[in-house]
Amino acid sequence: MRWDVVWNNIDYFLWGSLNFDTQNMRVTGELGGLALAVVLAALGIFGAFWLGLAAGLMRLSRRAWVKAIAVIYIELVRGTPLLMLIFWFYFLAPIVLGTAVPEFQSTLIAFIVFTGAYVGEIVRAGVTALPKGQMEAARGTGLTHFQAMRLVILPQALRNMIPSFVNQFVSLTKDTSLASIIGVNELTNTATQVNNRTMNAPFEIFITIAALYFLICWVLTATSRRLEKHLARYQARGR
Amino acid sequence: MKYNFDWSIVLTGEYHQWLIDGLWLTLKISALSIILATALGTLVAVLRMTKVKALEWFSLAFTEFFRNTPLLVQIYFWYFGSYVLLPEAVNKWLYKQDFEFAAGVIALTVYTAAFIAEEIRAGIFAIPKNQLEASRATGLSFLQAYRYVILPQAFRIIIPPLISQFLNLIKNSSLVMTIGVMDLTYMARQIESHTFRGFEAFTAATLIYLVISLIVSLSINLYNKHFLRQIKY
Repeated sequence: MRWDVVWNNIDYFLWGSLNFDTQNMRVTGELGGLALAVVLAALGIFGAFWLGLAAGLMRLSRRAWVKAIAVIYIELVRGTPLLMLIFWFYFLAPIVLGTAVPEFQSTLIAFIVFTGAYVGEIVRAGVTALPKGQMEAARGTGLTHFQAMRLVILPQALRNMIPSFVNQFVSLTKDTSLASIIGVNELTNTATQVNNRTMNAPFEIFITIAALYFLICWVLTATSRRLEKHLARYQARGR
Repeated sequence: MKYNFDWSIVLTGEYHQWLIDGLWLTLKISALSIILATALGTLVAVLRMTKVKALEWFSLAFTEFFRNTPLLVQIYFWYFGSYVLLPEAVNKWLYKQDFEFAAGVIALTVYTAAFIAEEIRAGIFAIPKNQLEASRATGLSFLQAYRYVILPQAFRIIIPPLISQFLNLIKNSSLVMTIGVMDLTYMARQIESHTFRGFEAFTAATLIYLVISLIVSLSINLYNKHFLRQIKY
């Protein structure tokens, strides 16, 4: 067993080549490793939340063309592997835009577009799961449809969706590993780099990487389970 | 955007054949992994029900670990790191075979089995408890009761979520291209780098994946419509 290989590179796995130069008092190197994976996942879920909220509400719209756009987007993305989507944004954006898009940005967009479709389905399920009386009562008090959605339905629905959002966040955290395929220097990429350089400790390296991902995802999953139990108490129920 | 589309490249000739070969490999690796993952997932789910502490712990650790680590890392682990776990002779034999394919199948199987185990467990919980008690009372052993009474009913309930796990597996199988298994995604990428015709290659591959997804979703809907509603407790 060659755990020293892992130990010597643990800082690279955790935050990449980022370094604080104490002589010149400045930060050198680039963020990478686990920290970059977390940044990618956090930015991804933030973007996907807004995109998914829009897609989910559009899918519930009564206007056929609005609904059609959402259905096509959601079904198209959910039927495609994420890797395919990453390739679309990475290899084909330069042709469409005329300039190269950096790896980080293009994968981030791919993650947002991909996760947005799944969040859209969560939003739709969350809104339709509320009793119909909520909307009717809100409209009955004189709120417009938009106001009723914003002030009555969504605050309740979004709270019930929190566990599903956390699960989606876990998925996305795992999916950030795919960014390594086009060269974003996140955790999986640092692992393959160190593995290619050392050549003698693949078992130890990949077990360590898996453990790091596991730690984050497992804490999140456990939180989601706790939330699920906690939130069940506040649910408005139909008869 | 200046780009002249040339669809003939993916519809005829050598590159068309590449895509077909890739699709064939995707289907092959998916089918094999689906069968193995369902078997392993069932085993892991039943272990959790045995009331033997060690087996329950093993099952819990298995599902938690493999569900909470990325598939890509698992693929790299089996491909690069698994030789430590096996004796020298077995490794030598494995390297003579199609080791990339084997590592891909193992990774997809183990990863999906963890998800399938959870689905099956949910299905088993949905079966009223007195089913097990009644079948034990008729003289069946624990395994027989699961084999003949509980699992057949549980499977009927969980077929829709199970099939969507299969669909996830088919989509996830695109990751095996990273270790050089020449599946559909690998071929699309290969055509892109040979011809710079990325649009055509990726569109063709994406459409093929979409058609597969569509067929699978339709089969779930059909099942829900025609079979599921007959099951009542």
